[in-house]
Amino acid sequence: MKKWKGAIKLVDKDISEKKAKYLQKQNLVDFIVPIISIIAGLIVGAIFMLIIGAEPIKAYIVLWNSSFGSLRGFGEMLVNTVPLIFTGLAVAFGFKIGLFNIGGDGQFLVSYLAAAYIGYMFQLPMYIHLPFALVAGIIAGGIWGGIAGYLKAKLGIHEVITTIMFNYIALHLVGYFTSGPLKAEGPLPATPKIFDTAKLPRFVPTMRIHYGIFLALAVAVLIYYILWKTTFGYEVRATGQNPDAAQFGGINVARNMVLAMFISGALAGLAGSTQALGLEYRAYQPFGFVGYGFTGIAVALVGKGHPLGVVLGALLFGVLSRGAMMMQSMVGVPKEVIEIIQAIIIMFIASEYIFKYLARKWRERKGGVADAS
Amino acid sequence: MAAGNNLAVEMKGITKRFPGVIANDKVDFELEKGEIHALLGENGAGKTTLMNCLYGFLNADEGEIFINNKKVEVTDPNVAINHGIGMVHQHFMLVPPFTVTENIVLGKEPTKNNMIDYKTANQNVRDISKQYGLNVEPTAKVQDISVGMQQRVEILKALYRGADILILDEPTAVLTPQEVEELVKIMESLTDEGKSIIFITHKLKEVQSIADRVTVIRSGKLIDTVKTDTVTTNELANMMVGREVILEVEKKEANPGEVVLEVEDLYAKNDRDLMALNGTSFSVKRGEILGIAGVDGNGQTELTEVLTGLRKKEKGTIKFKGREITKPQTKRLFEEGISHIPEDRQKRGIIMEFKLYENLILGRHDRKPYASGINLNNKKIKEEARRLIEEFDIRTPSEKVQAKSLSGGNQQKLIIAREFDRKPDLLIAAQPTRGIDVGAIEYIHNSLIGQRDNNKAILLISLELDEILSLSDRVAVIYEGKIVDILDIEDATEEQLGLMMAGAESEEVEGGDQVG
Repeated sequence: MKKWKGAIKLVDKDISEKKAKYLQKQNLVDFIVPIISIIAGLIVGAIFMLIIGAEPIKAYIVLWNSSFGSLRGFGEMLVNTVPLIFTGLAVAFGFKIGLFNIGGDGQFLVSYLAAAYIGYMFQLPMYIHLPFALVAGIIAGGIWGGIAGYLKAKLGIHEVITTIMFNYIALHLVGYFTSGPLKAEGPLPATPKIFDTAKLPRFVPTMRIHYGIFLALAVAVLIYYILWKTTFGYEVRATGQNPDAAQFGGINVARNMVLAMFISGALAGLAGSTQALGLEYRAYQPFGFVGYGFTGIAVALVGKGHPLGVVLGALLFGVLSRGAMMMQSMVGVPKEVIEIIQAIIIMFIASEYIFKYLARKWRERKGGVADAS
Repeated sequence: MAAGNNLAVEMKGITKRFPGVIANDKVDFELEKGEIHALLGENGAGKTTLMNCLYGFLNADEGEIFINNKKVEVTDPNVAINHGIGMVHQHFMLVPPFTVTENIVLGKEPTKNNMIDYKTANQNVRDISKQYGLNVEPTAKVQDISVGMQQRVEILKALYRGADILILDEPTAVLTPQEVEELVKIMESLTDEGKSIIFITHKLKEVQSIADRVTVIRSGKLIDTVKTDTVTTNELANMMVGREVILEVEKKEANPGEVVLEVEDLYAKNDRDLMALNGTSFSVKRGEILGIAGVDGNGQTELTEVLTGLRKKEKGTIKFKGREITKPQTKRLFEEGISHIPEDRQKRGIIMEFKLYENLILGRHDRKPYASGINLNNKKIKEEARRLIEEFDIRTPSEKVQAKSLSGGNQQKLIIAREFDRKPDLLIAAQPTRGIDVGAIEYIHNSLIGQRDNNKAILLISLELDEILSLSDRVAVIYEGKIVDILDIEDATEEQLGLMMAGAESEEVEGGDQVG
């Protein structure tokens, strides 16, 4: 005879199946939220244009055409997109281990300088020189991010603080080198030009778009592979989701944090390296942050932290920033309107909770079962 | 004291349901004016739920609440506060950089010319503090004072808001023995001044030394309300754990082999930097289940954490399979053959967002056949997951759903599947059946016996005395971080264990038994 008066009863029949269905719906929500947010952003942007007396439909046609109306426009849009893929991946990778890398701009700058330095200091065959310059950039950005990871893992210093501080250190360090010790002869505050062997080739000589776009796409695939197909990626995701359980599973949480921040920094660094090796062919003295690191946060949010989402998010922001300039010059819509649209999109995505809340209310009114967890 | 007009609080037929669980089932509770009334029960028995209903954090589904003989609908804490109820939570709700006074007057600041009148505030706090012998310095910052002092600040906060009825939720859990003594004095001076106190606890000894009356709750049901001087600790223990509950598990005679784990004179600190293990010693053999019985908070958590490398030991030796482990590292221990069912499955045991197949490889994700080199072998992982789901009867639509979509019992089976499948030499099972349904409990119990018969060593740490009694081959009782005694299961009775769990020496217990 078996008696158990003391047990708490939990009925588990059917619940798990219902829950599973509910969770599948959740995945759909993950996909729909960014799209609704983009539409909402465009609508709010249109309202602003109406207020200042501009014609939104015309402006949005220009916005579309500026990127998809001509091959040149398409190429220029991709030029904007390349660094955003890298910085977006950087932030997304940080998110996966539960860290917030705001230092994309600093990591961008140190890699920018490191790649340019290797580019002009050495004379090597291209198949060595270009990878060498890229690797130098990866290491520079990686160290910049890795330090923040180390400080977090060993001393518990919050990575948001350290990465912001390291942005300023990078800004002034790169400013010093490009206007001082590494400055080229002449009036420009910049390093000497890099050799052709270190340049990322262009598709067409007359257009600025270069092979960096393929590198960016390849890296996105690589990051996807690392996160979901390797043991390291498993550990990164486990640590990000539940550090206690990760530790319980024998995962070295501290080591993984340092390594993940190194990778995150290296990714943001690739944005800088490709800028130096593909576009500018030297490192100029920075006058301030370019902002790719910050926009990368938005890209990662829009992309829901998934590499494919990041690529799409980077395209979106590439289109928007390309369109901003054309809208200003062609239909007189200030480019700030585009910034408003970007802000609205980010705001909507960040307030995803509201969507979920509304969706749940709606389901409850329909008489369905609410989330039981 | 006569009942009726002398009641500070009366709760009648309180029922509170959570999805799938009845936390309180028609519970009656009464508090007389000027008494210290203990609310005793195990973790999860429903003590805090009952008090949260009184304080308005939760609204009871059924039942009535009378405060000072007036029926009150306690819809939220403000109602309770207005009726003179104050609650001191187990986890303090203080602002550390603020001073004592600032914390106490928060939300009810005395003002002068629209500015906070700190002079008056400090004076008020000093007056109340003196009246009840609390000795708190009003201008000290909360972050600079001891935990015991912080608790007094919480009590002052309630008194400042005019509380006549104080609810203290496990007030002694965070205190050192000296601080406990001082708290008792404070409680006595409070009741001398006419205040009434409800004090939630699961420590038997305190009930006897502090409270006038005690109400025992078990599994959401009222067991009894009695005067503390009419019951023995032994009887209280029985009421709390419920002696008539017997879960019979069929098992063969144990056939113990060589010693697998040997712990000697182990010392370790808890999160609050107090010594939680004070020279713990025991050993576990192959083919036996050693049960560790004890009231919660006597070092059980720290013991499992030290043995699995999650917590540092201060002193002592741990020998596993004859070799001393000087620096326990989780990964190494797993590889050498220790499996662990953690006491808090949602915190440590599983990753809620991860899919089942991902959860099933935690801890061996980097080893064959789940990984080759740096690559995960996802196909094999899913295959193995399907096998384990089948073998361990995990109720799930597929291996691809997230762990959070499973019920508690199935989440626990998931952990058990993973840990058993490692083929460990030693299995540490901490609270393996906490909060799960009967079917899963039975399954888990039989699995543990199965592992024992499979010649594994099993260390079972449980707060459920029934579980210990029905599964163990030997029982060790832990009290304040020390093993009081280790008994063979044939020699162990519930009364005896209950007394030992309350801190009595085994000789006393045996003597008492003969008299009884």
